[in-house]
Amino acid sequence: MSASLSKSRLQGLGTTIRHRCQQLLGPLALLGPAGIWLLLFLVLPTLLILDISLVPDLRPEDVGGAYGLGNYSRVFNPFDPRFDSVYLQVIWRSVYYATVSTIACLVLGFPVAYWLAIMAPRRWRNFLVVAFILPLWTSSLLRSYAWISILRPTGLLNTFITWLSDLIPGVDLPTQNWLYSSAAVFVGLTYNFLPYMVLILYASLEKLDISLLEAAADLGANPRQTFWKVTVPQTLPGIAAGCLLVFITSMGDFVVPTLLGGASSMTISRLIYNQFLGITRNWGLGSALSMILILAVSLAIALLLKYGDRDSVKEA
Amino acid sequence: MSQTVSPAISQSADRRVADVELCQVSKSFGEDTAVNTIDLTIQEGEFFSILGPSGCGKTTTLRLIAGFEQPTTGKIIIQGQEMSRTPAHRRSVNTVFQSYALFNHMTVKDNIAFGLRIKGMGRSPMQQRVADALRLVKMEAFSNRYPAQLSGGQKQRVALARALVNRPAVMLLDEPLGALDLKLRKEMQVELSNLHQQLGITFVMVTHDQEEALSLSDRIAVMNDGNIEQIGSPKEIYDHPTTPFVADFIGDTNLLKGVVAFADHHLLKIQTPEGTTVLAQPSANMPADLKTAVVSVRPEKIHLSQEPPPDEGNCYSGYVKHVMYLGTHLHCVVQLQTGECLTVMQPSRTGLSWASTTPIYASWLPTDCLALAA
Repeated sequence: MSASLSKSRLQGLGTTIRHRCQQLLGPLALLGPAGIWLLLFLVLPTLLILDISLVPDLRPEDVGGAYGLGNYSRVFNPFDPRFDSVYLQVIWRSVYYATVSTIACLVLGFPVAYWLAIMAPRRWRNFLVVAFILPLWTSSLLRSYAWISILRPTGLLNTFITWLSDLIPGVDLPTQNWLYSSAAVFVGLTYNFLPYMVLILYASLEKLDISLLEAAADLGANPRQTFWKVTVPQTLPGIAAGCLLVFITSMGDFVVPTLLGGASSMTISRLIYNQFLGITRNWGLGSALSMILILAVSLAIALLLKYGDRDSVKEA
Repeated sequence: MSQTVSPAISQSADRRVADVELCQVSKSFGEDTAVNTIDLTIQEGEFFSILGPSGCGKTTTLRLIAGFEQPTTGKIIIQGQEMSRTPAHRRSVNTVFQSYALFNHMTVKDNIAFGLRIKGMGRSPMQQRVADALRLVKMEAFSNRYPAQLSGGQKQRVALARALVNRPAVMLLDEPLGALDLKLRKEMQVELSNLHQQLGITFVMVTHDQEEALSLSDRIAVMNDGNIEQIGSPKEIYDHPTTPFVADFIGDTNLLKGVVAFADHHLLKIQTPEGTTVLAQPSANMPADLKTAVVSVRPEKIHLSQEPPPDEGNCYSGYVKHVMYLGTHLHCVVQLQTGECLTVMQPSRTGLSWASTTPIYASWLPTDCLALAA
């Protein structure tokens, strides 16, 4: 009697375990493909880069080498005999380019997004948004080449300046090669990432409750006060999300600084390229610089997730 | 329904200064006319309601006074000053929004202080004023909460306090109780009325709830389709409607349309197409040479009996088609022999128990019904 009871109990236990397994395996089966993808093409390569970055001056033809922090020390440690401040300068310049183009995108993008979300005629809104993000449909490479044809010595900009000088007597505007300068990089980065900024700000501003703006006016706030005390705080998550996205992508962008920037506008992405495919071929140092870039960008993403509006990022 | 009009206010109303005046104001949005050339004078200290069905232009009228919309034609005068083109932030009015429109990135306290802070008020008098406002709406305990942490009724109170704290000349309330449930709405009605009496500020409220308008207001403007149908005290509006729309919209009524057969100052005889002849009192504004008219008779004024009543008046035979029990009252539908249907309210204690085949009489005095210009 007791044996049969325990047997049935055992069977019950068996069913429970099978059930639990199914509960666990179901989600795993769904996560599987994406998980394997991430593991193979993101986690493993990153670990590989980390591994290489810990071998000082590893070159592609080397079989292996002793582990050490030599690559990082070269970048950060001023007491290292092989320390060269040029790396920190390059990192700093990349941060500077990214910061300036982020601010430029915000200043240029906010009025556009505000107009699209609040003031534009409702039935034109979707069309206008699509029109604005249309440049994203062509590759960033092509768009940078377009800028080359504008900024080069015989380009559109100089043609325009010459035409203007001829038109107005007494005024002689100087023409110059606008290409291969920091200004060209700023223009290129801002132009490339402005649509992303507008899109994210638009998503945020579109959700703004107009009656809040009316309430502020009703309580005596003039348009400027309403903007700073209500509109900006209400859309702050969107502003944060837009800025971080533009900052991160500008930081890592390779095409614009390579095509539009000159020798004096070396950025971290170009430096990494040189270490791997350029003349220096120092994979160890390149990997270390990559890890620094990955960490900096991860930090920005962490900030984005903590303070940014996840919804507007998703919508964009 | 409690009448909250204090006699002092209603008597002296015409001697007081006009706080808000709308002269020939109209507002169009493209092809649509939301407000069609209206005139309105709201007295100082008055509780004025704009009542009407949705889409009648009442909210647009309020938004014109607040300054969120600019009139297409006409003038808006607030406290003797022409304000038609003055933007909202330079008007001495404050609005309680239907959606409350609280700033969700600020605490209750900061929401209420917003207007004072904009005016550049010093820290300590501002804190005093905010504390007073919080006490007035019984929200002292919630001053550090965010709007997301409040219930609908609490948000309503904060919205009220945020407007009141500025001591506006005129308070504008856009369906202030629309989003609250019935019980809370009744409570807030009493509080609104108390606040109005305590502060003596002019209140202009927009509502589609006739009971709310009747119980709270000193005067009501009934709007329909962009026009003002009638302005008057709740009693005037209910007892002496001047248009069929007002008679129908305020309370229940039976409307009988017909041709004027006979008319003098006191009595009108109207013949309906079905052949019923109705005697009725003409309404105050009725033109003398009227051809057709509508008779409005309130369901509670109609008397039902098995024998024809002795007094002269309107008496018609028919039968009770349908009875609904409503607690204190019975709601009956009476089919007249001539074909018309009447809604009749009878106190429950009369205990109507006639079968739908029993012939009965529906009767009312000519003085209990009103003939209106159709």
